[in-house]
Amino acid sequence: MRLADHRFFRGMDEEFVAGLSEKAYERSFDTGSLLVREGDSADEFLLIFSGKAALEIVLPARPSVTLQTVGPGEVLGWSWLIAPHRWRFDARALKPTRALGLAAYHLRSVLNERPAEGYRFLLRLLPVVAQRLENANLQLLDLHGV
Amino acid sequence: MLEASEMTAPHPWVPTPFVVLSRKSETPDTITLVLAPQGKPRTLSFRPGQFNMLYVFGVGEAAISISGDAQVRDRYTHTIRTVGKVTQALHEVGEGDIVGVRGPYGSGWPVAEAHGQDVVIVAGGLGLPPLRPVLYEMIRHRDRYGRIEVIYGARTPKDLVHYDEIQGWRAHPDLRFQTTVDTAGREWYGDVGVVTTRLPDTRFEPGRTVAFLCGPEIMMKLTAQALVARGIPSESIWLSLERNMKCAVGICGHCQLGPDFVCRNGPVFRYHDIERFFAVREL
Repeated sequence: MRLADHRFFRGMDEEFVAGLSEKAYERSFDTGSLLVREGDSADEFLLIFSGKAALEIVLPARPSVTLQTVGPGEVLGWSWLIAPHRWRFDARALKPTRALGLAAYHLRSVLNERPAEGYRFLLRLLPVVAQRLENANLQLLDLHGV
Repeated sequence: MLEASEMTAPHPWVPTPFVVLSRKSETPDTITLVLAPQGKPRTLSFRPGQFNMLYVFGVGEAAISISGDAQVRDRYTHTIRTVGKVTQALHEVGEGDIVGVRGPYGSGWPVAEAHGQDVVIVAGGLGLPPLRPVLYEMIRHRDRYGRIEVIYGARTPKDLVHYDEIQGWRAHPDLRFQTTVDTAGREWYGDVGVVTTRLPDTRFEPGRTVAFLCGPEIMMKLTAQALVARGIPSESIWLSLERNMKCAVGICGHCQLGPDFVCRNGPVFRYHDIERFFAVREL
């Protein structure tokens, strides 16, 4: 797994990506295990390379509901970027899943120090946010039920 | 007063009686009916994407896409979701019952235009049945097409229709069939998210790709926009509209969309030709 091979970083400044790569670490998750847990400290940015994870919202007194699945080429979320840096959902591996992680404190620091690259980074992350929002809107509209 | 010999069926206005050969429950509110002409067998034909008007005697008529194989010439297959009085009545018919059929009507999917091209098929909810004849055709003549990518989305896992057949398509060595649902519980190990979330993972050569979309209009609009953003010309994207069709022959005006009648000029349209109507509020 190489950071530069992930869709999120494809086409970004090579030197910037190479710098981040030095701090990237591999993560692997067995089927059923949690990648992140709601309420825990969002201390890493995870980029999925293989497998699949379900983003689940925990409902009081009801079974969890899967809002979206993420797979190869996708990223887990942005809670690591936004204070108070707590995960807002569970992410559970639906099959053996491998990812590269970047420590949130390091990534936030790099993005602060290099605002031009930080801006481009956000331009990559924002479509992920927009897509999730659009997904949520369409789920709310329940179009298939019409 | 007409003599009996003069009272011939003024096609296409009068439904022809068909016998229900089989009824399969797809989901709690969706069934598939197989219908054959009552009496002497006769050859039927339709183009993938066309629809019939199904008539329940004493109740009324509804436009229903043909979901079967166009090469099976002695019967029509229709997959029907209960959304109103007529479809509820269709839901209640059983084997041996008689329903009226008028059709087939409308334009079909331009399958020949996809020869030599990559194909992207995106279906949402009950948008899969009108595309099912296309899949039969493309699988039968697999060598005529490039890469075939199919994305099928439904509300929940329980709303997936033709589920057993989907498993076969997913296992097809030369066809990529992705299934996704809008929401699911933990019992579902497949993808969750609207169909557009699966698009970044599809592979095709934009300049030589034809796309067929069918489902809720907002889903088709967003999917078409995403495909155009990926480089597929809007002229190469086709979608099937579902409007309130009554006469099915372009007279009554119930299904009018701009200058077109969906029943006569559609239901399959080129995205390029109708894109502007998606921006018209409440149309």
